[in-house]
Amino acid sequence: MPFIPHTQQDTEEMLSTIGVANIENLFDEIPDTLRHANIEAIPSGITEMELTRLMKERAKRDGGMTCFIGAGAYEHHIPAAVWEIASRGEFLTAYTPYQAEASQGTLQLLYEYQTMMASLMGLDVSNASLYDGASALAEAVLMAVRANKFSKSQRVLMPRTVHPFYREVVATIVGQQNIELIEVPFDLASGCTSMEALKKISGDITALIIPQPNFFGVLEDVDALTDWAHAQKALVIAVVNPLAMSLLKAPGHWGSNGADIACGEGQPLGVPLASGGPYYGFLCCKQDIVRQLPGRIVGRTVDQEGKEGFVLTLQAREQHIRRAKATSNICTNQGLLVTASTIYMSLLGPEGLRLSAIACHQNTCLFREKLKKVEGVKKIFSGAFFHEIVLQFSQPVDNVLEELAKFNIQGGYAISQFYSELENCLLVCVTETKTEFDMDEYVAKLQIVLRHLNSTEKKAALNCEEGN
Amino acid sequence: MLIFEKSESGRNATSQHVRLAHTKIEIPEKFLRTDKPLLPEVSELQVVRHYTRLSRKNYSIDTQFYPLGSCTMKYNPRGVHRLAFLEGFLQRHPLSLDINSQGYMACAYELQEILKTVTGMKGVSLTPMAGAQGEFAGVAMIRAYHESRGDTARNEFLVPDAAHGTNPASAVQCGYKVKEIPTGPDGNVDVAALQAAVGPHTAGIMLTNPSTLGVFEQKIQEIAAIMHKAGGLLYYDGANLNAILGKVQPGAMGFDVMHINLHKTFATPHGGGGPGGGPVAVNERLLPFLPMPIVTKTNDTYAWLTEKECPQTIGRLSAFMGNAGIILRAYMYARLLGKEGLLRVAEFATLNANYLLARLRAAGFTAAYPTRRASHEFIITLKDEAKELHIGALDVAKRLLDYNFHAPTMYFPLLVPECLLIEPTETESKQVLDAFADTMIKILEEAKTNPDLLHTAPHTLSVRRLDEVKAARELDLVFKKA
Ligand SMILES: Cc1ncc(COP(=O)(O)O)c(C=O)c1O
Repeated sequence: MPFIPHTQQDTEEMLSTIGVANIENLFDEIPDTLRHANIEAIPSGITEMELTRLMKERAKRDGGMTCFIGAGAYEHHIPAAVWEIASRGEFLTAYTPYQAEASQGTLQLLYEYQTMMASLMGLDVSNASLYDGASALAEAVLMAVRANKFSKSQRVLMPRTVHPFYREVVATIVGQQNIELIEVPFDLASGCTSMEALKKISGDITALIIPQPNFFGVLEDVDALTDWAHAQKALVIAVVNPLAMSLLKAPGHWGSNGADIACGEGQPLGVPLASGGPYYGFLCCKQDIVRQLPGRIVGRTVDQEGKEGFVLTLQAREQHIRRAKATSNICTNQGLLVTASTIYMSLLGPEGLRLSAIACHQNTCLFREKLKKVEGVKKIFSGAFFHEIVLQFSQPVDNVLEELAKFNIQGGYAISQFYSELENCLLVCVTETKTEFDMDEYVAKLQIVLRHLNSTEKKAALNCEEGN
Repeated sequence: MLIFEKSESGRNATSQHVRLAHTKIEIPEKFLRTDKPLLPEVSELQVVRHYTRLSRKNYSIDTQFYPLGSCTMKYNPRGVHRLAFLEGFLQRHPLSLDINSQGYMACAYELQEILKTVTGMKGVSLTPMAGAQGEFAGVAMIRAYHESRGDTARNEFLVPDAAHGTNPASAVQCGYKVKEIPTGPDGNVDVAALQAAVGPHTAGIMLTNPSTLGVFEQKIQEIAAIMHKAGGLLYYDGANLNAILGKVQPGAMGFDVMHINLHKTFATPHGGGGPGGGPVAVNERLLPFLPMPIVTKTNDTYAWLTEKECPQTIGRLSAFMGNAGIILRAYMYARLLGKEGLLRVAEFATLNANYLLARLRAAGFTAAYPTRRASHEFIITLKDEAKELHIGALDVAKRLLDYNFHAPTMYFPLLVPECLLIEPTETESKQVLDAFADTMIKILEEAKTNPDLLHTAPHTLSVRRLDEVKAARELDLVFKKA
């Protein structure tokens, strides 16, 4: 019996202690009419060896690609020690540290994580994780609505340069409570949120969301945006790439007073791409609004003998105490991913993290140079960028991507589906994992693909004319 | 000692640093960071030793019996964890083309089918990232359903007082007012109170069955009839699915929508707090509202269903497709067990719970619901011990730690005073249960002869009982360099 240790004798002794004849009798309080589940459609069990064979085949089908896709999930080098240690049973198979004395490992690690993440964001405090970057942004919006004492409108400004899926998630989650999300357009030349458009928005505003870098990889003028929002008595929510923050100005230092809340996707810090999850959302804020922060928070304290120790704290914010009045419904979070991230940040240190960020940026600059010689492709947006750029093609990019995939290259992410004004556009990312060879391969194969597609297109057009 | 206190400026794990010819960048100064973030500067060995040592201060399933009620802390198969780390799965970008994703999508699709079967529901979306997000999705679907029918007066959700805290919190996050329904003395929902509470404002009810009191809600069919008659729908909190897996389908009980906690019933690791997985399953009438994306299959090819194909969806809940790695693990667990193994889960989980309850009762502990059969978990109440011996659930819990057992869930559900909610799970042996029962008996003896031993427990861990009041009053949430 997979994972069930009982011998026949154990089972019999246990049944006799309970005083029932067989296991089925233990279900005697369930109405008979309900006890007819049929799970015959599920296949029979297999062994670990058989499972290994099956999963290896499936993994192979998806692997072996050189990945130039970013768009919110980024391939980075992960030191071997990160997942070796995070996979230790003591981290992997513990749960929420309710019994603090028996969870000091996880609790101290979370305290260290909170320190690292808050410092990376230039803010005072951090929680211990939310589900992912998009849901963290939704929680940040709800938090801002609770925290902004000056604003009654529940109007939140959402730039169109925020990741389209993040915007959808925020709409799904906060849309259930009367919160109005107002889109802010971007400047077609620079790829930045339009300051002009922003200034035309009048009336009470609860919060402004500022992405850095934005979905296009472009750097927003965060100082001007932050100061404008604060002048309107709006709170500022930063949604940022945490790896980039080792190089770029941290949200807490934006403008004169700094962003009030910073959130985002923790994945770039030691979490593999892995089909989009599990990742983790981070959420940091200024000290004065810490009681509005959702999720677990760890605090340092002392034990009966005055020795340092760590506990879950400010639990009166949470669902298990406050129930309907909690700051959020979150219970299970993404602890293991934070464990990996903390080990990752410790291994890289401030310098290692900054070098990785610089390498990503330099590679992207180099790639842009190489692309200049490819006909029918141009980089749009003039704004400064981090490690992603938007390319415009003279033909639909879906075909291009499919053709590139035949050479085992994942060429980027087609974004025109979200922006009708950006026809035939592709978002491309180059991280530190890519070599110059990888880039040359991409360019060479892209040229082949474009030539091929152009010729088949011409042929198709010709056929069409002949047919007429 | 914190990792920051081991840090020395200029020390580095340089084999993890990218080699660069120069550090020139094309980013204007105004965008750049000028201060150094507070990250440790340590060697690779220091990191490995520091976190390995920290790990050893944790109790975990791999090292201790962990009967944390409501959390289903069963064995998490190692093979499953290893296989989720296959290169092809780790490298797959979530926005890969479908042609480069068929391996992952096959697993996700098959898990959707397995979950449909065990729940008796018509459709599944795997995207919710934990139980609470599944609850949110479910309640949001119920709201979307009412609204699609122009039925907009329903602004109230019913939640039994025994419910988990996430239930009322999720209903509120969906914009509902919450009305609590009391529990009767036998542990079943007070049906008369429910009858009185329902009306034209009722959107639905959230129920766990077996409930968090460790007993099967016997009047579930009557409750379903009352709710449906009033036009409300039923949400099933699947946290306790382990108790009835393969035996009773929530769909058959009359539930319209539910979540499944993959990190409980499907044995994915709890990770020190997470990640989890909270797929939602729905019956026919809620199908159009499922959160996106979902995997479909046509002629052996898998594709994603999105907002385009399902315009009535409540939308997206995560940037990509939820906790994909957890979905993979749950799938693998289901394949290892198969239909025969899945059936045995509830049987042996229930056997273990009833056996442990029988042993504890024989030793003088008080069951919270003595007339009832235990489900996969049960509650003992220490209210008499609290009165007579001044020993509470907290003291017993802390003393258990000294004996190398993780404590059961304490003080939940809120309506049972001084309670311990005990869930042994099916993967524990009789020998472990006996050792736990013997220890509980010993602790009860200590409570009579040497109560201070309990009041000041734990004695054998890296720290003694911690001062939570100080932690909340004098907030110290981040380390600051002196
Ligand atoms: C009864 C019950 N409902 C809901 C939940 C919430 O699930 P999750 O923690 O996965 O969000 C839990 C989890 O602890 C639970 O025990």
